[in-house]
Amino acid sequence: MSLNPGDLYGLIGPNGAGKTTVFNLITGVYTPDEGSIELDGRAIQGRKPSAIAKQGMSRTFQNIRLFKSMTVLENVQTSSHVHKKQGMFDAIMRTRSLKAEEGEIRQSGLELLKIFGLDKRAHELASNLPYGSQRRLEIARALATKPKVLLLDEPAAGMNPQEAVDLMHLIQFCRDKFQLTILLVEHNMKVVMGVCEKIQVIDYGETIALGSPKEIRDDPKVIEAYLGGA
Amino acid sequence: MKKAIFWVVALAVLALLQAGLEGTIGAYYYQIVIYVGINIILAVSLNLINGTTGQFSIGHAGFYAVGAYTSASLLYYGQSMLRGWLSFLPHAAQDVVLLLIGLSAAALAAGFAGLLVGIPSLRLRGDYLAIVTLGFGEIIRVLILNINAVGAARGFLGIPEFSNFFWVYLFALITVVVVYNLVNSSYGRAFISIRDDEIAAEAMGVDTTRFKVLSFVISSMFAGIAGGLFAHFTAFLSPNTFQFTTSFYLIIMIVVGGMGSIEGAILGAILITVILEVFREFGAFRFVNFAVLLVLIMLYRPQGIVGNWSVFKRRGAF
Repeated sequence: MSLNPGDLYGLIGPNGAGKTTVFNLITGVYTPDEGSIELDGRAIQGRKPSAIAKQGMSRTFQNIRLFKSMTVLENVQTSSHVHKKQGMFDAIMRTRSLKAEEGEIRQSGLELLKIFGLDKRAHELASNLPYGSQRRLEIARALATKPKVLLLDEPAAGMNPQEAVDLMHLIQFCRDKFQLTILLVEHNMKVVMGVCEKIQVIDYGETIALGSPKEIRDDPKVIEAYLGGA
Repeated sequence: MKKAIFWVVALAVLALLQAGLEGTIGAYYYQIVIYVGINIILAVSLNLINGTTGQFSIGHAGFYAVGAYTSASLLYYGQSMLRGWLSFLPHAAQDVVLLLIGLSAAALAAGFAGLLVGIPSLRLRGDYLAIVTLGFGEIIRVLILNINAVGAARGFLGIPEFSNFFWVYLFALITVVVVYNLVNSSYGRAFISIRDDEIAAEAMGVDTTRFKVLSFVISSMFAGIAGGLFAHFTAFLSPNTFQFTTSFYLIIMIVVGGMGSIEGAILGAILITVILEVFREFGAFRFVNFAVLLVLIMLYRPQGIVGNWSVFKRRGAF
């Protein structure tokens, strides 16, 4: 599997195909037994997830994992930790440069929330948001690390059709605005077919098809994997 | 500028109280006030690791002991030598420098102990820290019981008396300000993100092991300082002070006050210290109070008395 800058790449497959496992391998949650994973030509397999995140890879989770006791804004601010310059001494003394940096983090956090239509609820607890908004907040939080590659694990899960359509536009908008490369896992075929330019289908850990949405839709092997052999 | 004014006023108030307090309220109440101050340092520091970072440490008394015995033995055995080096200073100034040396050594020793305990146990998720810290606290106590140079089971007598209301409350204030500012910075957000969801924190670029160890070491260092202040106030140390019941009192303080809340930890420290004193004549029966108190808290206010409320919410103190 190989992604070029600016790709919007879909990864699909039946339940248990190993999609989330692929995500966990790429982001460092699991260490691969063999093979290599590279980001900008640098091998990243076996490194800690936090180190990989610092290199410009960010993700969302299939089952929402927001920081529940924090406000919406704080969730986004937490990700900015990756780029902070002030040390612990500045934090303890609350130096002027720290206050300036905190102000910047806050400002860019609010701007990001605005894009996702969450700025009005910035000071509410993240756990009090409706489900769809929590999904969007997860994407906003991931973007706050200023990634080059964004991995979305079933971003449309549990959304109603209208929310899913809005999400598609949002994903495309983010890709263009932040010049992202996006890898998407999704069960909602409307979203995958609507937004991805290239799709890879896996089943039991093996790639069974790779191509444009149209090619995938007509591929007999894919139909077999999803619907069962005739 | 605001910071400077804050500290000048704080120092003046502390010095004024130091001058008048003991004479006004008497030695007994003065001693309780001191214990309240020491417990505030302990509870607020324990709250950083248990409440804010969400790791369960039940061996805070161990770090308290390390600090107390380090500072006590350093100044007991090294006093005359250090005074020799400091002979250019007046005697009262020497006392201050000696106390600060002792407390620095206490903080370093306790922090180092925290690092040793934290690195292996905080790399893992789950309850390992609780198990290891419980063991650590007991190991320290048993070690002290067997070291003759620090009085073993007889207790450590003749520790120089340097600390008083002024120093205890100055360090209580420093502890509160440092923890406050830390919690209300990107460090605090990293700590809280670990408590809320470790996997997500790691994916957002928070090196969870490093931040857990950091939080734990800072917490241990303040416990060490509290130990030093205690040793140089009572001038006598007994291993019994550092039994694991002490760790449990500290946990009760932060649970009653409200996990993760600095005001809660302060309130809990005051409340529990006072309850322990008020019911002193009941001996072991006074522990029943805590059982009742905890049951009531769990039934009627599980988030603790203070809960999530905070004076300086999201801003940071001076």
